[in-house]
Amino acid sequence: MGTNKTRANFGWQRWLTIDTIAPIAVGLLVLTVWEVSVRVTNTPAYILPTPSLILTTLIRDWGILFPALFTTIKITIAAFMTAVFSGLLISVLMAQSKWIEKSLYPYAIVLQTTPIAAIAPLIIIWLRNNTFAALVLCAWIVALFPIISNTTFGLNSIDANLRDLFRLYGASRWQTLLYLRLPSALPYFLSGLRISGGLALIGAVVAEFVAGTGGANSGIAYQMLIAGYNLQIPRMFAALVMITGLGILIFVALSALSDAILGDWHESSVKRD
Amino acid sequence: MTNDQPVISLHDVNKVFENGTIALENLNLTVNRSEFISFVGPSGCGKSTLLRIIAGLSNVSSGTLDWYDLSDRQNLAFVFQEPALMPWSTVRDNVKLPLRLAKIPQKEAEKTVDRTLQLVGLENFKRAYPRQLSGGMKMRVSIARALSTNPTMLLLDEPFGALDDITRNKLNDDLLELWSQQRWTVLFVTHNIYEAVYLSTRVIIMAARPGRAIADIKIDVPSPRTEEFRRSFVYSEYCQQVADALSKAMSS
Ligand SMILES: Nc1ncnc2c1ncn2[C@@H]1O[C@H](COP(=O)(O)OP(=O)(O)O)[C@@H](O)[C@H]1O
Ligand SMILES: [Mg+2]
Repeated sequence: MGTNKTRANFGWQRWLTIDTIAPIAVGLLVLTVWEVSVRVTNTPAYILPTPSLILTTLIRDWGILFPALFTTIKITIAAFMTAVFSGLLISVLMAQSKWIEKSLYPYAIVLQTTPIAAIAPLIIIWLRNNTFAALVLCAWIVALFPIISNTTFGLNSIDANLRDLFRLYGASRWQTLLYLRLPSALPYFLSGLRISGGLALIGAVVAEFVAGTGGANSGIAYQMLIAGYNLQIPRMFAALVMITGLGILIFVALSALSDAILGDWHESSVKRD
Repeated sequence: MTNDQPVISLHDVNKVFENGTIALENLNLTVNRSEFISFVGPSGCGKSTLLRIIAGLSNVSSGTLDWYDLSDRQNLAFVFQEPALMPWSTVRDNVKLPLRLAKIPQKEAEKTVDRTLQLVGLENFKRAYPRQLSGGMKMRVSIARALSTNPTMLLLDEPFGALDDITRNKLNDDLLELWSQQRWTVLFVTHNIYEAVYLSTRVIIMAARPGRAIADIKIDVPSPRTEEFRRSFVYSEYCQQVADALSKAMSS
C-alpha cells in the first residue's frame, strides 16, 4: 500500500532530497548576504554582528552559555513531562463522562488563552522561595493545552464499527479505554506531544525573562538579558542560536519518537506517494 | 435440512428514529435454527437496522423480539460491511479481541485463534498488520474474529459488498463450506441477488420507505452447493424469482 521512497536509498544519500537541500541552500544564502552586507556597510557589532562573529562568540562563551542552557533544558523537560502526564490524566478523566468534559474543558481553554507573560510575575511572586518550581509551573501552563486538546479529540474519534463491536462483546468501560480509546488516541496524543515540547521551551524562556533572576542556576534567557544590558550583542545572538537549536532538537526528537511508535501499526504513518 | 426449531421471532416490530424516519414497519419474522437467511432490498429499507436490533445494538420502537434460547443471544457474532479491524493490532490480536474481552485465559485463547485463522486460511498471516493485507484478507480476519467465540448465530451486514467478484465468490464458497460444517444460524444482508440465492436457504426481500418485508422465498436446494449449482437451471429460476420480487419492491 504505502511505499517509502527514501527507504530504497541508503546511507547519506537518503538525506540528499529536496526536503533537506532546499532549506540548507536558502540558509546559506541568507547567511552569506548577512555576512557580506554587514561587512560592506560597516555596521557595528552592537547593532548587528556577523554570523561568523556569532559563531566565534558561541564557541568562546560556551563555558558560560551552556550551563545556562542546561538549566533551561531542565526547566523545559520538567514542565514537558508534567504536562504530558497531567494532560493525559485530565484527558482520560474527561473521557469518562460528557459531564466532566463539559465542566473542565472551558478551563483548559482559559489556561490556554491567558498570556503567560501576564501571569508569570504572579506565579514568581507566589513561589518566590523556589524559582525553579515557578519557572516550571509557567512552562507547564503553556505546554499543557495541546496535550489535552489533542488527546481528548483522539479519545473521542473512535471508529463507529469498532465501538459497536466492543458493545456487542460486552466490553467494560475499562476494557474499552485500554483496548480501543487509548490506542485510537495515540497518533493525536503524539502530535500534541510535538507541539507541547516546543511550547514548553518557549514557556520556560518567557518565564525566565520575566523572573530575571541571576545566581548560579540562571537559565539561558537570563544570560540573554544580561548580555543585552551590557551591549554584548554577539553573545545575545549566540544565546538565541542555542535556544533555536534546542527547539529544533526537541521537535526532531519528538518526531522521531512519534515515527518509531507509530511506524508499525498506524495508518497515519503510512506514507503515500 | 432445517428442522424448523425457532431461534428468534419478531412480532410487529417497528423502528422509528428520532428524526422521524420509519426504518422498519410491522415486521414479522421467525428465524429457525441453522437457517441461512439473506435479506435483499434497496438501500435504506432497514436491513442494517434489523440486524442491529437483533444484535442488541439498537432497540425496537414497538413490537417484540423473542429469543427461544438465551445462549444463542450470548453466542452471537456480527460481521460489518467494513472489516473494522484495529489498525494497531496484528491479525492475531484482532482475532483474539472477543476472547480477551471475555477474559478467556491466554493459552486457550491462543489455541482458539490458531484454529480460527486456519479455518479462514490465514494461519501464515498471524503477525501481519491490517494495512499489509488485501481487502479480501481483511474481511477474512473480520470473519475469523466473529468465529473466534464459536457463535451459534452469525449476522453479516453486506460483508463482501466492497470486494471484486472473484474474491467474493471464493469467500462465498468458503463461508458456505464452513456453514455446512458448523450449522450456525446465519442472517446475511446483501444487495447481490446471485449471492443471496447461492448461499441461502431462504431469501427475504424488503422494500423501503417504510422498511418492510414483502417476500419470503425458500431456496429448496440441499447442500453441498457447488459451482454446478451456480450454472444450473434451478439456480437461474430462483434468481429470476428473487429479481422479480425485488423489482416489485423497488417500484412500490
Ligand atoms: N441512526 C439513525 N438515525 C436516523 N435515521 C437512521 C439511522 N440509521 C438509519 N437511519 C435511516 O433508516 C433507514 C434504514 O436504514 P438502514 O437500516 O441502514 O438501511 P439499509 O441497511 O437497508 O440500507 C434509512 O432511511 C436510514 O437513513
Ligand atoms: Mg445497510
